[in-house]
Amino acid sequence: MSLVFLIFLPLLAALFVPLLFKKFGKIHTGWFVLVVPVILFIYYVSLLPTTVTGGTLVSEFQWIPSLDISFVSYIDGLSLLFTLLITGIGALVVLYSIFYLDKHREQLHNFYVYLLMFMTAMLGIVQSDHLITLYLFWELTSISSFLLIGYWYTRDRSRFGALKSMMITVFGGLMMLGGFILLSIMGDTYSIRELIPQATELVTHDFFIWALVLVLFGAFTKSAQFPFYIWLPDAMEAPTPVSAYLHSATMVKAGLYLVARLTPIFAISGTWMWLVAGVGLFTMFWGSFFALKQKDLKGILAFSTVSQLGLIMSLLGASAAGYHIDNIAETTFKYAGFAAIFHLINHAVFKGSLFMIAGIVDHETGTRDIRKLGGLMSLMPISFTVAMIGAFSMAGLPPFGGFLSKEMFLTAMLSLMEFDLFSMDVWGILFPIVAWLGSVFTFIYSFYFVFHTFAGKHQPEELPKPAHEAPLGMLISPVFMSLLVIVIFFIPNLVGDWLVKPAVLAMQPFLYNSPDDIKIHVEAWHGFKPEFFMTLGIFGIGFLLFWTLRKWQKSYDRFPDTLNALYNNIVFLSDTGANRFSGIYMTGFIRSYLVYMFSFVIFIVIGTLFLTDAFAIDLTNLAPVGFYEIVILIALVGSTLTILLSKSRLTGIIALGAVGYSVALFFVIFRAPDLALTQLVIETISVALFLLAFYHLPQISRKEERMRFKLGNALVAIGVGVMVTLVALASHSQKALPSISEFYKETVYSEAGGGNIVNVILVDYRGFDTLFEIAVLGIAGIGIITMIKLRLTKKEERHENK
Amino acid sequence: MRTNDVMLQTATKVVTFIILMFAVHIFFAGHYTPGGGFVGGLLTTSAIVLLMLAFDIETVKKILPINYVTMTATGLLLALATASAAIIFDVPFFTHAFGYFDLPLFGKTSLHSAMLFDAGVYLVVVGVTMTIIQTIGEDE
Repeated sequence: MSLVFLIFLPLLAALFVPLLFKKFGKIHTGWFVLVVPVILFIYYVSLLPTTVTGGTLVSEFQWIPSLDISFVSYIDGLSLLFTLLITGIGALVVLYSIFYLDKHREQLHNFYVYLLMFMTAMLGIVQSDHLITLYLFWELTSISSFLLIGYWYTRDRSRFGALKSMMITVFGGLMMLGGFILLSIMGDTYSIRELIPQATELVTHDFFIWALVLVLFGAFTKSAQFPFYIWLPDAMEAPTPVSAYLHSATMVKAGLYLVARLTPIFAISGTWMWLVAGVGLFTMFWGSFFALKQKDLKGILAFSTVSQLGLIMSLLGASAAGYHIDNIAETTFKYAGFAAIFHLINHAVFKGSLFMIAGIVDHETGTRDIRKLGGLMSLMPISFTVAMIGAFSMAGLPPFGGFLSKEMFLTAMLSLMEFDLFSMDVWGILFPIVAWLGSVFTFIYSFYFVFHTFAGKHQPEELPKPAHEAPLGMLISPVFMSLLVIVIFFIPNLVGDWLVKPAVLAMQPFLYNSPDDIKIHVEAWHGFKPEFFMTLGIFGIGFLLFWTLRKWQKSYDRFPDTLNALYNNIVFLSDTGANRFSGIYMTGFIRSYLVYMFSFVIFIVIGTLFLTDAFAIDLTNLAPVGFYEIVILIALVGSTLTILLSKSRLTGIIALGAVGYSVALFFVIFRAPDLALTQLVIETISVALFLLAFYHLPQISRKEERMRFKLGNALVAIGVGVMVTLVALASHSQKALPSISEFYKETVYSEAGGGNIVNVILVDYRGFDTLFEIAVLGIAGIGIITMIKLRLTKKEERHENK
Repeated sequence: MRTNDVMLQTATKVVTFIILMFAVHIFFAGHYTPGGGFVGGLLTTSAIVLLMLAFDIETVKKILPINYVTMTATGLLLALATASAAIIFDVPFFTHAFGYFDLPLFGKTSLHSAMLFDAGVYLVVVGVTMTIIQTIGEDE
């Protein structure tokens, strides 16, 4: 229970953010928010001793027991590692945002609510053991990141970027849901833990390959793999703290997490290995290649993230090879899984600091255009140092954390050449080559990022603001992270033992029984091996190419931007297509819509009645008709006819009220006091409402309505009448099942402690319905306010009010 | 909507209170006899509508300075909180609890968590209907 509760803690805290923002406007709301990730981080660190020995923690909370859906928080090495990244980097990001976002100008209450919502969603993804709730949190990250990316919603680009990221990730999420459902059908469980032991049986199932591909759609879209990466650069319209959080440490890593988490289930299949490693490696090369085309600091970082995610993805794919190797401990294959997790940590740390530096440069100079920047080294020495540490780690230079994981990456890719299953022996040679090329470009863009911003000639006339060093508070988080980058280099085995190995154990349970079985010792110097010469090559060629960058960078303009154009075309076509299609039936007249709705209902209900043979009239056993019933019936028919024939609207409205009251009287006679009461009050209020709205109705006299229109309406009206009569008769004649009211009569007192069946049904037996109903009511109320108070422009209004 | 009907206004002053009292009674009686949050809320609304008809919207706003949107939100939160409270007691969402207590003045009374939920319904119903009526009524 408690672990599940912790997932929701940020969401609960979010409820208080608007209040705090209003009450304590003088204090930056971020200070309050900061408490949440810090507390969570400290708590989760205390769980480390459990996972480091291979232990796990499970806590379950039943959500919808009847559908077997529950929140299961499952903590093992892998989920704890991600949890620590989410809360730890989350805390640093919140701290940074306090200085980045102005408390007077920004809508902080919105920002932090979205951020906390996002935090809950991420914690939910990495801790859920239940596939359905995992999917729920998965889509919640899409929604909350949509809100975060579109935070400056008055900007067109922000809205475009937010929509794009949501379209692509939600599309992937839906695919993934399909995969999950197939998995649950095959394994007859929603629990990942219970699916893993069944892996050998699952692989022979017909659905297996479908489930695999569908799940990968989810992972690839979320982790911005080729060709879905196109949303990530546009998502850079978000405020920088959001970019640092979502795009370095959390959301984009959700796809990696999913692949790592499901590796034990899918690793047995060659398709998995080929797809994950292949797509990952290609994405790595593609992202690093096009990073050099970018002119925007955050654009460079976006492509570099795409590339780095690809790198980790390819390692995760390679780690699946471990399933097919006998004595893994002797081979270099063992490095793939370890390197994947290790690089993931490194990437989160250095990329977080780099994003923050990009934000600082933007904040202090007013631009992120790398062509206008330059020579900031002497003006912003601290930022420069941090940027250099982060970028060198990214480029894979010693003595920074990235060097170690980059070496292991090369080792793992080289080992794939020796792998002789799944036609790897033919194509395996491609892996180290592409990896090497990608690394060369990674080296160049890392240098491009730092030196084109901080070195070279300072151009004060190009900058909107005179550049100066950022305030101290804004520097705390990036400086801290860059220190981590160095620390990781010097104590890699500590990180390895405490964080990486437990995670690898969760990822490759088929290889190891406890984290101690993983015999990997990270060393900065590992002798004159092929990877050493590859590294030398990367540095040498990379440096040469960087030196001559200005000469060949222009040739990038020749590459057409096909993928983005494709996305834009799809969006444009579906937009105009949908508009044209809806233009046909959306007339703007509410009467047309009513006709559609009623015709549809008639069609469906009468159709079902006849198709299922439900229509049978049994006139035996009817209650006698009393005197009062006849009187009310006459009144009812009379007032209905009055509505039809009346010349003025006012008469019509009053007659409609009379119909309602007559029905209420029927309820009284048939001893349904509750319904009668409600009906009476509703009639009173709706007549009052009608009279209020009366003033606004357009002036159309009844004569203007054409005969054809009346005829159509008459047909629909008669149809509805016939349908209701048929349903009433059919349901009266239906005696096959006992009436459900008996059940309520018997249990209402003992189960719910109430005497009024109607009320107990409303608040207890069918409380869910009522809850959603009042939610709908609330939405209707807000809808009416927006419709009336927030008027459209005059021209649009005329169109809408037709 | 400016009216100045002395008869209506005098009668309204009395009748409104009767309706409001009745609404409160019906709300509390709801679990055992006809009534409940929905009807109670509607009755309250009708009392306020009557006030609006007898006087005018501005005056009623002065008498009852309530932000109905906030009221709706409060009601929704109350209903949701009642439903979620079950989680704290480690039972599925929306499990209600009830019991019988001996209270001073009232004697043996049944207390039911569904009542809180119903109060949420009440607030939402009043909030939304009044929002709608007020927005349409104020609109020129």
